[in-house]
Amino acid sequence: MQPLEEVSVLISGAAGQGIQTVEQVLTAIVKDSDLYVFATKEYMSRVRGGNNSTTLRISCKPVYANIDRVDLLLVLNENAIERHRWRMTPSTIVLGEEKFVRDEPNHVVVEFSKLAESFGNKIYANSVAIGVLAGIMNLDVEAVSKNIERYFSGKSKQLVDANVSSALKGYEIGRSLGLKLELRRCEEVKGKRLLNGSLAVALGAVAGGCNFVSSYPMSPSTAVFTELAKLAREHGIIVEQAEDEIAAANMVIAAWYAGARGLVTTSGGGFALMCEAISLAGMIETPIVVHLGQRPGPATGLPTRTEQADLNLVLYAGHGEFPRVVYAPGSIEEAYELTARAFNVADKFQIPVFVLTDQYLLDSYYLVGELKSVPVERYIVKTDSNYRRYEVTEDGISPRGIPGYGEGLVRVDSDEHDEFGHITESALVRRTMVEKRLKKMKKIIEESVPPKFSGPDDYETLIVSWGSTYLIVEEALKLLNEPRIAHLHFSQVYPVPPVARTYFERARRTIFIEQNATGQFANLIKQTFCIDTSEKILKYDGFPYSVEQIVKAVREKLGV
Amino acid sequence: MFRPEDYDIPNTDIAWCPGCGNFGIIRALKTALAQLNIPPQKVVIVSGIGQAAKTPQYVKAHMFNGLHGRSLPAAVAIKMVNPELVVIAESGDGCTYGEGGNHFIHTIRRNPDITNIVHNNQIYGLTKGQASPTTPRGQVTTLQIDGVYVDPFNPIAVAVALDASFVARTFSGYLDLTIEIFKQAIQHRGYALVDVFQPCVSFNKVNTYEWYRQNTYILPDSYDPTDRELAFKVASETGKFALGIIYKNPNKPIFEEQLIPYRNDKTPVALRGLEV
Ligand SMILES: Cc1ncc(C[n+]2csc(CCOP(=O)(O)OP(=O)(O)O)c2C)c(N)n1
Ligand code: SF4
Repeated sequence: MQPLEEVSVLISGAAGQGIQTVEQVLTAIVKDSDLYVFATKEYMSRVRGGNNSTTLRISCKPVYANIDRVDLLLVLNENAIERHRWRMTPSTIVLGEEKFVRDEPNHVVVEFSKLAESFGNKIYANSVAIGVLAGIMNLDVEAVSKNIERYFSGKSKQLVDANVSSALKGYEIGRSLGLKLELRRCEEVKGKRLLNGSLAVALGAVAGGCNFVSSYPMSPSTAVFTELAKLAREHGIIVEQAEDEIAAANMVIAAWYAGARGLVTTSGGGFALMCEAISLAGMIETPIVVHLGQRPGPATGLPTRTEQADLNLVLYAGHGEFPRVVYAPGSIEEAYELTARAFNVADKFQIPVFVLTDQYLLDSYYLVGELKSVPVERYIVKTDSNYRRYEVTEDGISPRGIPGYGEGLVRVDSDEHDEFGHITESALVRRTMVEKRLKKMKKIIEESVPPKFSGPDDYETLIVSWGSTYLIVEEALKLLNEPRIAHLHFSQVYPVPPVARTYFERARRTIFIEQNATGQFANLIKQTFCIDTSEKILKYDGFPYSVEQIVKAVREKLGV
Repeated sequence: MFRPEDYDIPNTDIAWCPGCGNFGIIRALKTALAQLNIPPQKVVIVSGIGQAAKTPQYVKAHMFNGLHGRSLPAAVAIKMVNPELVVIAESGDGCTYGEGGNHFIHTIRRNPDITNIVHNNQIYGLTKGQASPTTPRGQVTTLQIDGVYVDPFNPIAVAVALDASFVARTFSGYLDLTIEIFKQAIQHRGYALVDVFQPCVSFNKVNTYEWYRQNTYILPDSYDPTDRELAFKVASETGKFALGIIYKNPNKPIFEEQLIPYRNDKTPVALRGLEV
């Protein structure tokens, strides 16, 4: 039998059953077995019960996107099958304890709990499951023990040993099932690294010289906060859990004022509280980098699900007028690069810079190659005794000093102010300062990250996406293989890079794909270029798009 | 040696009403800084919004005049990234105890080495005379037309309850006392609250200079500010308000000193990587 190209494994069970452990350990085993892996999880807003799942695409070719199809379904509780039945095909194999799977035509029984008990405790069932899955796919047996050991390192030797033995027993059972779900290996995987979006944002922040993070927990952005806390010792980062988002944002702004490079990480509901602080950053021209991991709103919305509906919030956050930049990474690599870049851009232009991600991107893992290095650019000047914080310059950018570095006094004021930062109500100074702040936009636009184009040059239909849907749409269009469709993806959504205009002008039809109900980005493009953006494919049920869903939606739109 | 005038900003148009209690506070602050010989380049005054919050506008030092109620988170962050700076958060009673109430509580919990001067005029000045959290029950204002229905916030009792490391109250009409308390507060290692009674001559016709003189008393030299129970008693007194250092706990760890980046290296995070 030929080895397969790809196996899609869905692991489904109750919250608290350790699905995330299985995901974390199994993705590492897959990688160490020289295979590509993509994993994404979905979970309910509860700590126990319900049904959560993770989908792993395991492949000898690069895989970067969410799919619906399930080849192997590992069932861990009674409602696991029903929730995912729509994703099953006639050949989907259902694996689990007899009581859960016996009614399925393609079922394979493995008594995980009983096996675990034979090693002393039911809690080893996860390790048995990991072993069984690894055995079925003939993954590297050494990678199994190594990664189980690593995961439980810090626990007692007895516990580590029991988990390893359970996994190895599982592996043996998996091998013996004769399921023929083996995959060809791929050497090139060795040079790659397994990363998820949250860690990529955190590492990007570190690469951008971040040395201060203050936030208030809110899913799905909290993981960025905890990852930075783990990196704090090595990189000298001040980490503070603020009493609320208002404090967090004001702290980060003041940290930049005093000379740090600060990040605040939050979600829409938390960011709503920070809007006033964004205006402060705009007025006092002090940088701030905000990572906003989107989830469905309004209000508390669907706390653990995904959406792209906070674009308008960051575009218009804050009162008054001042420049800003909004990035929306399309991949894990971009989450890293653009977060790092955000620090340089915020520093250079003394403005708020947003990194807009979402639950899907933050919670997805795949293998990345070498990450682009982004040098840390600092723009702090040593002040002299005549220092003017708001010196009016040609491009609107005043040299930024910090207290205690040089002879000058650094005076910032949320009231309108003159060049020294001194409060004023002069109409002339007000006009000058408004213009000074807005003038920066020219250079900001010049330094835009251009959209990414793929597909034939003589396209008729242009599919437009932004943010985390990038790789899903890319794979879908590859599958569709229509000669007249091209894809334009924006990872800088504001200001809209002016080069985008030519792509729109060349298209006969433009279709926007977004994960929100009103087409927020399409509306921004309409406003920017005065073009028709009425054709949209929208999804707003809280679950990410899949490759199949995009294929189907584009087919329906185009009648192909 | 610095003189109080060394903290003056020439040609400023001071936007306070003649006779306002804020003048006494700013004089005391400049004198305290001068007597402690702290150069303007070492001082950051952080404020929120309101009449009191204009203070740093009139003091030659670094200034972070931020948002209503938000002076404390900003001050804490500045101290975190540069512990070498003398950080003073200075704002009104509405700003600090009303809009910024949550930050007040949590800054006390953190215990950063900053000084928090609260101009307590028991009224909103800048927005022209509404009740503040410290306005007494029954006082009539343009907004509370039947008088305030609720009991006032007691910042001193709250600070003592939270075991703040330095809690003091003074009256801006008593210059020497205020200077002395400011000096001690600035020198104190840890969070220092100084609540300053400050007559608002335009909007608070009840709590006048005369009223404060008659309704306050200065704690005697024999008073022991490290006795927390006694401090509670003094803080809860009805009748005359005590002035002086009401409570002190010098044994609390300093917030910024515990931060990871300072465990092996005292260089301010703000200055790392800069050419000095
Ligand atoms: C978010 C916000 N809300 C309201 C205001 C309006 N405002 C300005 S000053 C102030 C009250 C100030 O009172 P207080 O802190 O007691 O200071 P004072 O003027 O009496 O010195 C208010 C409500 C504001 N600037 N910002
Ligand atoms: S309104 Fe009151 S607090 Fe404000 S300056 Fe006038 S007297 Fe002082």
